[in-house]
Amino acid sequence: MSENIVQPELPLQRLNYINHDWSVWSWINSRDHKRIGVMYLLTITFLFFLGSLPAILIRLELLTPAPNLVTREIYNRLFTMHGVTMVFFFLVPSIPTSLGNFLLPMMIGARDLAFPRMNLASYYLFLAGAILALVSLVNGGVDTGWTFYTPYSTTFSNSAMTPMILGIFVAGFSSIFTGLNFIVTVHTMRCPGMYWSRLPLFVWSMYATSLILVLATPVLAITLLLVAAEHWFQVGIFDPKLGGDPLLYQHLFWFYSHPAVYIMILPSMGVISELVTTFSRKHVFGYTFIAFSSIAIAVLGFLVWGHHMFVSGQSMYAGMVFSVLSFLVAVPSAIKVFNWTMTLHKGSLVLKTPLLYALGFIGLFTIGGLTGLFLAALAVDVHVHDTYFVIAHFHYIMVGGTMMAYLGGVHYWWPKITGRMYPEGWGVFSAVLVFFGFNLTFFPQFILGYMGMVRRVADYDPQFQVLNVLSTAGASILGVGFLLPLCYLLWSLRYEPIAGDNPWGATGLEWKSPSPPPELNFETPPTVDGPAYDYDTETIHQEGKKKHV
Amino acid sequence: MIAPHSIFSLAQAASTTGVQVDYIFYLLLAFSGTVVLVIMFLVLFFVAKYHRGTSANRKSEAPISSRLEVFIVTVFTVIGLTLFVLAAKVYADIARPPKDAMTIWVVGKQWMWKASYPDHREEINELHVPVGQPVKLVMTSMDVIHSFFIPDFRVKQDVLPSRYTTLWFTATKPGKYRLRCSQYCGNDHAGMVGWVTVLSQADYQQWLAAAPEGAAAIAGTPGTNGALMATKLRTTFNQLGCIACHTPTSSVRAPRLDGIFNQTVRLQNGQNTTADEEYLRESILFPNAKISAGYVQPSLMPAYKGQITDQQLHELVDFIKSIRDGWPADATQPTEPSGNQPLQSEPKR
Repeated sequence: MSENIVQPELPLQRLNYINHDWSVWSWINSRDHKRIGVMYLLTITFLFFLGSLPAILIRLELLTPAPNLVTREIYNRLFTMHGVTMVFFFLVPSIPTSLGNFLLPMMIGARDLAFPRMNLASYYLFLAGAILALVSLVNGGVDTGWTFYTPYSTTFSNSAMTPMILGIFVAGFSSIFTGLNFIVTVHTMRCPGMYWSRLPLFVWSMYATSLILVLATPVLAITLLLVAAEHWFQVGIFDPKLGGDPLLYQHLFWFYSHPAVYIMILPSMGVISELVTTFSRKHVFGYTFIAFSSIAIAVLGFLVWGHHMFVSGQSMYAGMVFSVLSFLVAVPSAIKVFNWTMTLHKGSLVLKTPLLYALGFIGLFTIGGLTGLFLAALAVDVHVHDTYFVIAHFHYIMVGGTMMAYLGGVHYWWPKITGRMYPEGWGVFSAVLVFFGFNLTFFPQFILGYMGMVRRVADYDPQFQVLNVLSTAGASILGVGFLLPLCYLLWSLRYEPIAGDNPWGATGLEWKSPSPPPELNFETPPTVDGPAYDYDTETIHQEGKKKHV
Repeated sequence: MIAPHSIFSLAQAASTTGVQVDYIFYLLLAFSGTVVLVIMFLVLFFVAKYHRGTSANRKSEAPISSRLEVFIVTVFTVIGLTLFVLAAKVYADIARPPKDAMTIWVVGKQWMWKASYPDHREEINELHVPVGQPVKLVMTSMDVIHSFFIPDFRVKQDVLPSRYTTLWFTATKPGKYRLRCSQYCGNDHAGMVGWVTVLSQADYQQWLAAAPEGAAAIAGTPGTNGALMATKLRTTFNQLGCIACHTPTSSVRAPRLDGIFNQTVRLQNGQNTTADEEYLRESILFPNAKISAGYVQPSLMPAYKGQITDQQLHELVDFIKSIRDGWPADATQPTEPSGNQPLQSEPKR
């Protein structure tokens, strides 16, 4: 805490984006990217906890082999609710719309995004989509799984499909608006001296993410419209009874949904690059490698959708092409892990909460990524496809990756967003809880999967019980780890010390602005005259050590 | 009862394919385990050595060159591609059933599996197979997409409506193994389970001879008499009018069916295809989908889509398979008069 010297109450009295107008209307009609970012932050955090409720019930149900807490029918609705809420209403928008919205303009020295009104529209579209999905839940929910496979979803499922499809469709436009806004902003609104080669890596990852958002989301919209056309008007597109092809749906769906995985993970990689450099006080190892590996992931990510379909009945040769491309898409991810690790080398590491989350991310993402190789390996995938191995794998990427980065990022930029510190002791404690709770929850699921426990079942054979009990125990710890930050971060808004402009001694432009930033981000228009992460590690270290002693 | 070796069978696959899959799995495990340990070691080591309190040397005299990174990435890629090749070879085996495999028809529907044997006995949620014998399942669904999964054999294949997909295995150990649906298919997906019983050759012959309890319960199950069965298949073939064109003695020019099964067929568009179950199914339901080289387009044959039941379709395919070695002596004669077709024997040019 030595670096966070409590300053006089002066900064909060300065006009900033929060206190310049307290009226409700000034928030709901705000075109300020920071306020919209905060609104998104609150909304998606709410949706995260909403999506966790069914997960709690799922884990409780799976404590015993028999379906005795809920019926199979209800269980099917629970895992669908969990999947849809988490994927479409938390993971996809999570980091880009909250941290991205708040930080991207500040990091490139801009006053706002290129299209502030479009940004506000994207928020309301997202809200409308989320409300439609909630309407579907209130009306009994959907029992198709988040993947909506045809012909089950179009012909056989008698659940509240209509509002759900509409909700995801509408929320998709919010993604497209955000992506478009980010791309134009990065191209046109960089401040003097902010060359592409000096962009923070978070901005690079946002740029790559935006490319995917803009190119892939329309395919999801088209697919959902086709599902709706078949569901409502019996137009034969996917149901063979009507003359359609069910595999066509899977191709279209995964053409969006595989790149969507990279929509979820690329922003986290950007966050981790920021955290690792700041808390090592060191220039990032291989800036160009990391920046271009983001772009490589975005491009290659479009060519691997068929690896979700190795047992679907697609041609054997198609399977082989998708498999080899899936092995190759692992290369840029491996590059990133290597570079983050090497950034720690000869750094001056400060083990604060954000760095703990970043280190946890490296470990979990490595496991998640490597188990992806098992799934890319054709014959092995034949066995583990649709089992708990897959569930464990993508939770390692989504929770171990995205969620760790999201929490790390929220802690790291909390002083910037709110002007207050967070309680460091609680932060460290909950980061450790999340890491161990997560591993206890999901590592047993790899074993369950290889033993042959399939996904989306309320009951299972008795030999799987021990590992399921371990998993549920882990989930309880994980749940506490997620609830703690909610409590102490809200508490910090009033009781923690004032942060100051740059409590971490970081180099990014966002730290050159007051905390919280003024309405137009900077008091004087910023300029850049050096590369990103330009730390003089040795000097910083010697000074830091003196303070320490 | 569950046989002990089907519990905790992580290390023990019970099919020839499964052994190979496990082998690749353990290679992947060794590779990724090493990488995870190295990364974890480096992270913890750097944390211990370079955290703020230490006085380790932080001056970078010789910056680590990016050549090291290129080297590591290259090694990583080569290992990855090797694993790809190994897995792809096994996958190619999984995708291509051996020609001498015994065929069992499987129909999936919400929420059960029905298996039909070559002698047309039927079982629900049960499969009896001999050890050491390649078994091919030709599968279709009556409603939504299911997936046929036998964890101990390490095989799985989606089962689609209006299409045949195949899965094959050679069981290596007698015993009782779980079979289940792995593609979510609605309310009782979790209950769409059954057993595969692998019998020794002697037990299997005994099982064949005895009328199974399950089969007896199904109304109208034909007897197991082979000759009777052959007659039934041929009756279907004749009744549906196939005999009018598809016999060596017919006056209408139509592709010959004897010996066609599993042969390469040259198509009008210059491509080749294999006359497997899926090809036969498609050609019966949609004759214009793949026209054999030398025949007119559009085909003279009427489309049977919507005209015949799944059961009749199975029987037609089974009949075509049964004449792999040529027509039986009396095959060109109708087994019962069908009336409206001229069926006199005219020698073909």
